[in-house]
Amino acid sequence: MHPENLTEILRQHPFLANLSAHHMEVLIGCASNAHFAEGEYLIREGEVANTFYLIRTGRVALETDVNARGTIRIQTAGPGEVLGWSWLISPFRWHFNGVAVADVRAVALDGECLRTKCENDHDFGYEMLKRLSQVMERRLEATRLQLFDLYGNSTGVNT
Amino acid sequence: MQSIEPASLGRMIQVLKVKGYCVVGPTVRDGAVVYAEIGGLDDLPRGVGDEQSAASYRLRDREDGAFFGYTLGPVSWKKFLVPPRATLFSAIRNGRGFDVAAGNAADPPQKMAFLGVRPCELRALELLDKVFLGDDVVDPLYKANRDNSIVIAVNCSTSGGTCFCASMGTGPSAHGGYDIVLTEVTGPDRHYLTVDADTARGEAIVQELQAPSATPAEIEEAEAAVARAADMQGTRLDIEGLPRALKDNFDHPHWDEVARRCLACANCTMVCPTCFCSTVEDVTDLTGSRAERRRRWDSCFSSEFTRVAGGNIRPSVRARYRQWLTHKLEHWVDQFGAMGCVGCGRCITWCPAGIDITAEAAAIRNNGAQV
Amino acid sequence: MTHEAVPAVARTADPMVVQPVSLKKIVWETDDTFTLHIDMTELGGAFRFQPGQFNMLYVFGRGEAAISISSDPAHSRTLAHTIHRVGSVTTGLAQMKKGDMIGLRGPFGSSWPIGGARGKDVCIVAGGIGLAPLRPVMYSLLRERTAFGRIILLYGARSPLDLLYRVELENWGKTHNVEVLVTVDRGDSSWKGHIGVVTNLFSYVTLDPRATVAFVCGPETMMKYTLDELDRRGLPEQQVFLSMERNMKCAVGFCGHCQYGPEFICKDGPVFPLTRVRHLLEKKEL
Repeated sequence: MHPENLTEILRQHPFLANLSAHHMEVLIGCASNAHFAEGEYLIREGEVANTFYLIRTGRVALETDVNARGTIRIQTAGPGEVLGWSWLISPFRWHFNGVAVADVRAVALDGECLRTKCENDHDFGYEMLKRLSQVMERRLEATRLQLFDLYGNSTGVNT
Repeated sequence: MQSIEPASLGRMIQVLKVKGYCVVGPTVRDGAVVYAEIGGLDDLPRGVGDEQSAASYRLRDREDGAFFGYTLGPVSWKKFLVPPRATLFSAIRNGRGFDVAAGNAADPPQKMAFLGVRPCELRALELLDKVFLGDDVVDPLYKANRDNSIVIAVNCSTSGGTCFCASMGTGPSAHGGYDIVLTEVTGPDRHYLTVDADTARGEAIVQELQAPSATPAEIEEAEAAVARAADMQGTRLDIEGLPRALKDNFDHPHWDEVARRCLACANCTMVCPTCFCSTVEDVTDLTGSRAERRRRWDSCFSSEFTRVAGGNIRPSVRARYRQWLTHKLEHWVDQFGAMGCVGCGRCITWCPAGIDITAEAAAIRNNGAQV
Repeated sequence: MTHEAVPAVARTADPMVVQPVSLKKIVWETDDTFTLHIDMTELGGAFRFQPGQFNMLYVFGRGEAAISISSDPAHSRTLAHTIHRVGSVTTGLAQMKKGDMIGLRGPFGSSWPIGGARGKDVCIVAGGIGLAPLRPVMYSLLRERTAFGRIILLYGARSPLDLLYRVELENWGKTHNVEVLVTVDRGDSSWKGHIGVVTNLFSYVTLDPRATVAFVCGPETMMKYTLDELDRRGLPEQQVFLSMERNMKCAVGFCGHCQYGPEFICKDGPVFPLTRVRHLLEKKEL
């Protein structure tokens, strides 16, 4: 794929909305296309986290094995969303498995490459961090809601 | 307007009884003036007055022999219109189903004469009408009781330490809502009552007394007695802008202060003449073949009141007291176009902790400063 | 737009007296949630209701529960109520068999303003059993599918096994041009759909804030987060409606239990325009 097309793809991804042309140029050096068939793992718990995925189509489920209870899926990420921030945070290892539950097309950003660029260009680094912290904030909020176990006993109009 | 001697009051009670009314009026029981069925003049609290303040109620003797020389006791007329307990329907098992039979609303109507309804209580009846005789839905038991009762009001020629009807605009003189209104005058020379009928059925009763017209002097003396009562009131509530002030102070620290004193005993809601909340209980007999639905008075102070699947909406006493006070003085206005408080002061007298709705409302409004 | 005026209620003379009706069918939707189908022909087919209204259902001698109606308002011969088994009365209802009788009073309360949504997109957001009072909305919208723009249904449940009306959900999406997005709080390895709270689903749809009406029903916390999300997407408050829940004993404004500030949930609600209750939603222990 031509870099121009990749630029276009990146431009359309909500995570990079309104990113300056300059920063886009910095970023694109770390980007490549990725495809995963249903059932394939994008990330594996404990492995080195060296990729940041911008999902374009399909769906990735984050799951973990809870011993006797088997595999529990706790969250999915779909088109327009991102997968993983362990690439940014030491010790750079994944805490979950990420499996494609529908064919996934994504842009893979190389974690080490991104980290280096963030270090060398703090403006760029700050831009990335701002965007990522927004994602993290929303995820945290959603996780809190999940913790409430809302549907456990409340019941619409019913008593 | 006529004037009658005390003996004619007894005659009025007899006339009502002959016409088939169960006469309910003031009488002394267990150290308090309560409303109950009375047989004649002797049952009235003649020469009985009362002294009231926050958490305190005492009867005292009056030397003037007044029949209506007390202010208010713990019982209000809602007891006779919305009985504390009523059966709403009964059901009998029939195979896999059941048949339903009407409850108390279908009982043969009992004509009742309410004797001694105070002006603030007339207002309370008007407010209960708004709740139970709505445009869309009517409570049949309330309607039957209301339709079958005649109201004989008594203007107040005395006020108590917890009265504040004057500031609420609901007393101490009656303005409509009655069939007959009395004003009692106990002068040094003479003891009499003025009588004024406001409806045809009230007129029919008064006519039987064959009383002479009241003289201008008698009328003037009666009006003066009522005017004096307004000045005797022990407390007042400033209602101007109060609903707004309460709306703006939902999280006022004074709610916590009240909650430290409030026992959540529900006394205030039981004695209040407009508190209308109830609960419904469905029960069966021991064989399980006959069921009844019963309604009984409930209170927003009870811990079960706001229970929902998964919890309780108002677990704290703070929230329950706030619900009660804001309902009375704020939300009633939204719901029924008028405050739900009539200034009778019962909730102040009968609160074991002496919590005073007028003082609490003022404290909220004045940003916590006690007044 | 205001919420729809409710027609005169077909009631017995005494609003507290139930009418015995017999059960046609009991369908278990999930482990703890079932749908009672009531035969209404015995009442002469006179029963009419609007989507969003509820009935009081009575179990002989045991008590009564407020249950929203979840069937098609155009079908007056059968009435369906989807019920979560949580307390004594709902457990009693759960033990009923075909042909058994229960008591019914209703319908009560306000309804979803479907008329006001004509010509607009409709975004329905449901959480848990909150889908039940919205199912009559779906039936009404689909009956006149062309009268409305996009229909978007965002539905969240606890787990895949807790999803209600699975066949219908699929059918609405496949054959009625409804954008159905379903998510669960917890999935297992067989679940390939969305996992996460219902508000996450907003990431996958684009709403036209000027042309969309939103109907929201679910646990209060879920609704609050949903309202934030709708606000974030620029939907004016006037176009948002929600259904509230409180303890109810009488359903006609006599018993006082369901008061929510100035509102009686039973007769002023359960469906409210957001503009009317917005200021009440943040108040704790109201």
